[in-house]
Amino acid sequence: MSAIEKSPWLIHYDASSCNGCDIEVLACLTPMYDAERFGCIVTGDPKQADIFLITGSVNNLNIPVVKNIYEQMPEPKAVVAIGACAYSGGVFAECYNVQGGVAKVIPVDVYVPGCAAKPESILDGVVRAAQILAEKKKAMRKARRAARHAESPAQEAAK
Amino acid sequence: MSSHDKAAPGPTVIPFGPQHPVLPEPLHFDLTLEDEKVVGAIPQIGYIHRGLEMLVEKRDYLDYVHVAERICGICSFMHGMGYCEAVETILGVQVPDRARWLRTFWSELERVHSHLLWLGLAADAFGFENLFHASWRARETVIDVAEETSGGRVIFGSALVGGVSRDPDDETLRRCMKAIEPVRAEILRLAQVWIGEPTVRHRLSGVGHVSKEAAYALGAVGPMLRASGVDYDARERGYEAYGEIEFKAVVETAGDCMARVLVRLGEIEQSFRILDEVVAKMPAGPVAVPIKGMPPVGESWIRLEQPRGEVLYFVRSNGTRQLERFRVRTPTFANIPAMVEAIKGVSLADVPTVILTIDPCISCTER
Repeated sequence: MSAIEKSPWLIHYDASSCNGCDIEVLACLTPMYDAERFGCIVTGDPKQADIFLITGSVNNLNIPVVKNIYEQMPEPKAVVAIGACAYSGGVFAECYNVQGGVAKVIPVDVYVPGCAAKPESILDGVVRAAQILAEKKKAMRKARRAARHAESPAQEAAK
Repeated sequence: MSSHDKAAPGPTVIPFGPQHPVLPEPLHFDLTLEDEKVVGAIPQIGYIHRGLEMLVEKRDYLDYVHVAERICGICSFMHGMGYCEAVETILGVQVPDRARWLRTFWSELERVHSHLLWLGLAADAFGFENLFHASWRARETVIDVAEETSGGRVIFGSALVGGVSRDPDDETLRRCMKAIEPVRAEILRLAQVWIGEPTVRHRLSGVGHVSKEAAYALGAVGPMLRASGVDYDARERGYEAYGEIEFKAVVETAGDCMARVLVRLGEIEQSFRILDEVVAKMPAGPVAVPIKGMPPVGESWIRLEQPRGEVLYFVRSNGTRQLERFRVRTPTFANIPAMVEAIKGVSLADVPTVILTIDPCISCTER
């Protein structure tokens, strides 16, 4: 288990959802469900966050905000799209002002089902995202090593 | 002469939001500051606007209840109920007695969970994390009762045109009331912290003052209005079963953040009393009348009291299964001018506290 899997930091943003999933995300952080037992801390700063919890179907005004938060997060990062809206637009899919899903704006790693998503399934999504983070970190290390190897194969071989 | 004494710097504009640690939902302010003092605030909304009022033209008028419930996840049942009431008025349908009382039951349950949620968020806004967790722990028991009786934790899903879709038996209701008994004691304990703790008083007393005249003139609603000393509660209109229940609006006169806390603490206690009465008086009988056919041409509007204040629903039917217009005037929208008034004059550090004290619900506001 890598450090990032043991203690992922979360950031939460409501990209035009009905609030139902958002208060369930908050419920996950409070004593009943307590995401902190998985080492999670909620931060308001995207530059310190590892996992992006995003709800809602993303309206037009929100697109730059969502992209901005995502781009500010350091690699490796994972995105958890919470609720039916974040998947397909849900009940609002036909509304004129929604994109219909988070995946149309940023890449998504884990989808959490439900309308509103239940805290248990949100926690499950966070734990899966932490595993994905660990895999991404491993892949990043491997890529870095390969790049170093390509630069100076002789030095790498000497090690 | 130090550099301080030179020409005073002009006002500074600080952007606040849309993504901000204290806001569960995106809201943007341009705060104009002179030194540490806020002299002006320009709100910008629209981050949650989905355009769901237009959906009424595409959906069947009976199915639209599901969309109406998702105007907001915190007062979802009341949104569904308000839409149903407005449609029932056009149809001329009389809802069965048991449905009226069950609607009152779920409305009050929603008020308790919404106010507890707010107490937690407000405590978090001024950095009292422990109080945040304690409020939300108490709230979970209320949510469990909501789930057992209606089937949903936050989106109850039990509103229906012509009644309600769930019928918890009297035994379940009594058991639920017993289950939330410890929450009442817990809230009394939390109220002591809110009222007695000097650090809380320091952050809330005298902060974000709105006078009685200003609150009335700016059209504030709900706890924001009542905390400034205006005795007005839309429940006194007597909709659903409220006409048969004894209660009095909770009013405070100080008009500051503390007064708004006291109003909400009072309303939680009051809601528990109403819940007791509702369960004791719950009549027997059917919970829904079947609705068939097209709605007649016509329009209607309905007022309700949500946890955040008065809400207004307008529905216009053109005689087909798709309604022509649906409009909601939500409490947070009505409270924004008063909030801007309250922000003026506070220091930058108090801005989150003042914004939180109106209990902003942005997904209602922007729909």
